[in-house]
Amino acid sequence: MSEWPLFEVFVRSKHGLNHKHVGSVHAADARMALENARDLYTRRNEGVSIWVVPSNNITASSPDEKEPLFDPSHDKVYRHASFYKLPDEVNQM
Amino acid sequence: MDQQQALQEYLLRLGDSALILGQRLCELCGKAPAVEEEMALMNVALDLVGQARNWYEYAAELENQGRSADDLAYLRDAHEYRNLLLVEQPNGNYAVTMARQFFYDAWHYFTLKALVESSDERLAGIAAKALKEVTYHLRRSSEWVKRLGDGTEESHAKMQEAVELLWRFTGELTSTDEVEKQLATAGLAPNEEQLACDWQGLVEAVLSEATLELQPEDAWMYKGGKQGEHTEHLGYILAEMQFLPRAYPDAKIW
Repeated sequence: MSEWPLFEVFVRSKHGLNHKHVGSVHAADARMALENARDLYTRRNEGVSIWVVPSNNITASSPDEKEPLFDPSHDKVYRHASFYKLPDEVNQM
Repeated sequence: MDQQQALQEYLLRLGDSALILGQRLCELCGKAPAVEEEMALMNVALDLVGQARNWYEYAAELENQGRSADDLAYLRDAHEYRNLLLVEQPNGNYAVTMARQFFYDAWHYFTLKALVESSDERLAGIAAKALKEVTYHLRRSSEWVKRLGDGTEESHAKMQEAVELLWRFTGELTSTDEVEKQLATAGLAPNEEQLACDWQGLVEAVLSEATLELQPEDAWMYKGGKQGEHTEHLGYILAEMQFLPRAYPDAKIW
């Protein structure tokens, strides 16, 4: 239905700790969105919990802002932790 | 009829209703009003077909005549089918599809809930598995009855018409015959009064929440589906469903 609002769907998998964005559904309200999300995104045993969020409640960054927002981090290699020397006792980090 | 024959008969009733409604819903594949609804309908349809397979396999084993679950589905004619008249009724508009689904789901839910307690372990096991699926079916279809009934003027009118159209096929859901009485006495199948009371209670609650008019208690009811006397619709369903295996009996991969 083109007049139904859009909801973003987040699913938490069995072993996952966080809900991950998996897609969107159209629905008349949040409860229907939950059922539609269940029918579309968890039919192959993908999830144990679902969140739905009205898409128009999401504030997104604009593609026009890509340069000022994201380009400056390209050459800040020192922000990655790869320059620290790890003590031998620490096997993985 | 001895108890095992009665049980075979009862298993066919459960299987046939699930299969025929599953087949009916599959007619909507590619034609549902929204992609979300389409997926949901097909999920329900395939749940039902899967349940039918479980009932048929058990029935075929009890029968012990070398017939398989597929043989039971594809090689019986209309008069041998034992499904409820309700489930063979055409999809109509979406109000009709959902009213039919709701009446059936409510019956199905309470039937399975009782069957989980059956003294026959195999029966109880199949019912327990199906009950999880059907709990969700019922939640979805009752939502739709409420949404359309308590929706716009047009959706309300269509849902009210659907209820009036299908009500005549609901008598069969809650009245039992000798087969079911015999099994109920043996603790195998649901008790008639309890089932009727549960079904009626839920249907009344949902219809009134949906602002729909309840139907008169003494309304005329069609019966006979469970005994093999069907409306003219079943033959067409079977013709479509059974064509391939009847025309190409040796086909293993379709």
